[in-house]
Amino acid sequence: MLSSYENIELAERVLAELCSANMVESETTYWAGMALREALANAIKHGNKLNPNKRVFVHLALQAGHELRIEVEDEGEGFNPETVADPTAPGNLLRSNGRGVYYMRQFMDEVSFRAGERGGTCIELVKHLNSRRTT
Amino acid sequence: MKTKIRDVGNVRVLDIDGKITIGVGDLELRKQVEDAIAAGRLNILLNLGGVTHIDSSGIGEMVGCFTTMARKGGKMKLLNLTQKIHDILQVTQLITVFDVFDSENEAISSFKQ
Repeated sequence: MLSSYENIELAERVLAELCSANMVESETTYWAGMALREALANAIKHGNKLNPNKRVFVHLALQAGHELRIEVEDEGEGFNPETVADPTAPGNLLRSNGRGVYYMRQFMDEVSFRAGERGGTCIELVKHLNSRRTT
Repeated sequence: MKTKIRDVGNVRVLDIDGKITIGVGDLELRKQVEDAIAAGRLNILLNLGGVTHIDSSGIGEMVGCFTTMARKGGKMKLLNLTQKIHDILQVTQLITVFDVFDSENEAISSFKQ
């Protein structure tokens, strides 16, 4: 998809359809959708730096009763997640940014980053569908 | 995101519905708060009862508005958090930053103290 915030809505709707078709609990779908939103916002804003000519690649894979796996890859210059400060540290609590990665880690069971095939960053998000954790 | 604006005494109440998310709702929220400040309304109550989604950009904008209001000598408080919005504020410990109310009357009264 192209680097446009409007496309975040589209991607979340596709995820919701996939989850609905596979009888995934609505709470799980909601939090996975929020994590997808954060990953896409990061890819569009920080990865592709709002360049409309750069694309974001989204892969959704669902094994019913097992796991939901989401991959979001940008065409940016790469990203080191170790540089992200803890938004809950007292000095960061009132910052107006820097919570996206933290939220992804709270909403999903596994979050990992790797170099993408196109030079950018690929974020992989996993939700265990037998998990009771919702946030 | 849709916003209904009400003035109750010296409090600007913003009844927000929909999504406060990147590129749309976050900017709208900032504009509503800037408009309130420009109108001399330095007490703002955000009624979030109709908000279905708020992402990190929306949260960031809310924090930014909160600190802007404080710098101006005003206050911004929250009303009617859904469980999901509460959870989103809880995990980043922002629930400890904001004054949160379930009753509009109590929220309005709190600005007088």
